[in-house]
Amino acid sequence: MNGEEAIKPFLEMRGIVKQFPGVLALNRVDFDLRPGEVHVLLGENGAGKSTLIKILSGVHTADEGEILLDGRPVHIRTPHDAKALGISTIFQEFTLVPDMSVAENIFLGRFPSLPGAAGFVDWKRMREESAALLRSLNVEVDPRTPVRQLGVAKQQMVEIAKALSMQARIIVMDEPTAALASAEIEQLFRTIRELKARGVAVIYISHRLEEVRHIGDRATVLRDGEKIGTVPLATTSIDELIRMMVGRELKEKFPKVEVPRGEEILRVEHLSRPGVLHDISFNLFRGEILGIAGLVGAGRTELARAIFGADPISEGRVLVKGQPVQITSPRDAIRHGLALLPEDRKRHGLVLGMTVAGNITITMLDQFTRAGVMDLRKERSLAQQFVERIRIATPSLDREVRYLSGGNQQKVVVAKWVGAQADIFLFDEPTRGIDVGAKVEVYHLMNELVQKGAGVIMISSELPEILGMSDRILVMRAGRICGMFHRSEATPERILDAAISGEPVYACMEA
Amino acid sequence: MATVETESKKERRTLSLTRWVPWGRIGLPLVIVLMGVFFGAINPNFWTMTNLTNVARQVSILALISVGETFAILSAGIDLSVGSLLAIVSVICAQTMLEYGVAAGILAGILIGAVCGLINGLLIAKARIPPFIATLAMLVGARGAALTLSGGLPIAGLPKSFLTIGAGYILGIPIPAIIAAIVMLIGYFILSRTSFGRSVYAVGGNEEAAMLSGINVARVKILVYLLSGICAGIAGVVLTSRVISGQPTLGEVQELYAIAAVVIGGSKISGGYGGVGKTVLGVLVLGLLNNGLNLIRVSSYVQLIVIGVIIVLAVYVDLLRSRRS
Repeated sequence: MNGEEAIKPFLEMRGIVKQFPGVLALNRVDFDLRPGEVHVLLGENGAGKSTLIKILSGVHTADEGEILLDGRPVHIRTPHDAKALGISTIFQEFTLVPDMSVAENIFLGRFPSLPGAAGFVDWKRMREESAALLRSLNVEVDPRTPVRQLGVAKQQMVEIAKALSMQARIIVMDEPTAALASAEIEQLFRTIRELKARGVAVIYISHRLEEVRHIGDRATVLRDGEKIGTVPLATTSIDELIRMMVGRELKEKFPKVEVPRGEEILRVEHLSRPGVLHDISFNLFRGEILGIAGLVGAGRTELARAIFGADPISEGRVLVKGQPVQITSPRDAIRHGLALLPEDRKRHGLVLGMTVAGNITITMLDQFTRAGVMDLRKERSLAQQFVERIRIATPSLDREVRYLSGGNQQKVVVAKWVGAQADIFLFDEPTRGIDVGAKVEVYHLMNELVQKGAGVIMISSELPEILGMSDRILVMRAGRICGMFHRSEATPERILDAAISGEPVYACMEA
Repeated sequence: MATVETESKKERRTLSLTRWVPWGRIGLPLVIVLMGVFFGAINPNFWTMTNLTNVARQVSILALISVGETFAILSAGIDLSVGSLLAIVSVICAQTMLEYGVAAGILAGILIGAVCGLINGLLIAKARIPPFIATLAMLVGARGAALTLSGGLPIAGLPKSFLTIGAGYILGIPIPAIIAAIVMLIGYFILSRTSFGRSVYAVGGNEEAAMLSGINVARVKILVYLLSGICAGIAGVVLTSRVISGQPTLGEVQELYAIAAVVIGGSKISGGYGGVGKTVLGVLVLGLLNNGLNLIRVSSYVQLIVIGVIIVLAVYVDLLRSRRS
């Protein structure tokens, strides 16, 4: 047997194309996997990694391209198809039933029957097979334990055991170490090596480049939906990997307007929330757009919510316009001129079943209410005013916002906060899911805000947007600020480096 | 076969012709008119003044508790306790009245309704117990309190002057119907014209977004259940007057009819959409159905089956409509 033969890929994805409304998520991406290999998928947020594995696991179907297993084309249309072909995916959100036992979870949907008594579960066999599986993975868990009582690491092992019990030949792991402590990561790696030894191939998604080099054989780097290359990890440095991930000039043009910096409008000192945010200090000025970069799960959304009073803080204080303020609810925050434009507009920003007018005026009810009674005519004229000023494209004020496009929905959210006379705007992923034209409009809106003397905090996972629009950039990692850059000194490499392996930075205050 | 085909073709044409009719607005009123025509054709007594005033009096209790139920459902909650509240209100109202007079009795009745509603609201908004559970507990507990306080027996001997509320007329209209109409108008006004009403829709439509927009969600919820309790208090007093005694067994399963009225009217059970106007129609459907079926001698057992079918139909038609648009 010669070496070439042994490493022949048994899974190939060829020319995969996936288009979402307004985004080309994957553009002719090729990917291959060899038996017993750990193949790492790398890329920034939005590079297309998740889309690729979702296509492999049957959550999405590709628009173009083919998937070959053992050289034969296969069709994966549902998660069930994928499992039948031996492809199991362990998503970050586990798919376990918390109140069922470990054994029940491993055999969920495939309970073994008692011999000669179809429909009656053979509990003994189920327990024994589960116990054997777990033992072979060196996991010490009683199969009768309810999954709810297990820690994250053990739950992950149950997922892996479940995949093996389904005869998985390919296991996809999406950020498997994101929630693990270092000892648990060691245990996971031992298990992954055990899987390799059995000839199971692992597709491994992680941002932690150090760890990836430790466990992975090859890495494929994606960027903006395109495959940049596949490299052997043993001979590729971390710097090279980062360069592959970000190495592009900024394709989009950003309508950045330089506004002279005004007085300090917001100051956050030593803000902490146990397990989520650790000793965060920074300030924001009038006329400034402060970008906050970081990987998904770095604590950026949590920081915005904590400042806005939506989540409690355990330590630290917030000063607005130089005055210390107590913000324990969004109502307090709004009174002090703060506005939060949440990441998930539909779930947190809008009442979808309400009209455009109703959504815009919800933050300014008292402007047209006397003794509890609303002046509906005044409400309409207020709403009309903002529809025109923010250029919201809607057939009528009475249109339910659910029928508006993503960009116009975002404008409705902006309108309601401008109307509430906010001057500190916390934008969380302001352009997620909206098309290119609407994005530019959102940037123009931010420019207008800072030109009128507001301060804007812009959380974004899109590096070009962060680099293109921010005056200063904070980088968060694991609930801490791990980098601060001025517009002139920021580069994609520096930001990504801080987001992946930066050390805490406490000097984020400027005079 | 041929005739069947032409008929179905004709049907299709009428359907497409009626595509532009705003069924959402006139569908239910049309159903009510058709019910009237149908019952009137079988039993001419249906259209007499006596019968219609009868219907008005019969539906007034349901109308009153349904106004409160509308608030609860619009806020994405539910109030299962209103039926039992009728009983505790009735018992407290009658006992207080015997002791301290008519005015005190009426006040005590409405007050106890308000207090129970407030407890519901606090449990839901502050202790964060799901509305279904909190008001289910109140359903059981209030019934128990009514039975305990009364020893399980009706409280008779109420003053004559009190009976006017349930049996009297103003300008030929039964007083219970007038009270119900006033409460419905107030409910309509609160929901459509006050900032509190607007907040109820926002909380029901998207609680998280409402909270992040600065709405005091807890306060809104407490007020919703308080209002529902007050509605049940008024209804309980009127009902006590109509049955001429305090009764601990009043109002059983009435909460389910109130929910049915709201849902048949077209408000969304998941909250955020609907209103008192719709609920009025739902109450009328249930009231006319009950009266009409009685007049054409359909047994009350069979009536329950009909109501069950109507509830499913009403919601299903709504679903079809919203799916099409």
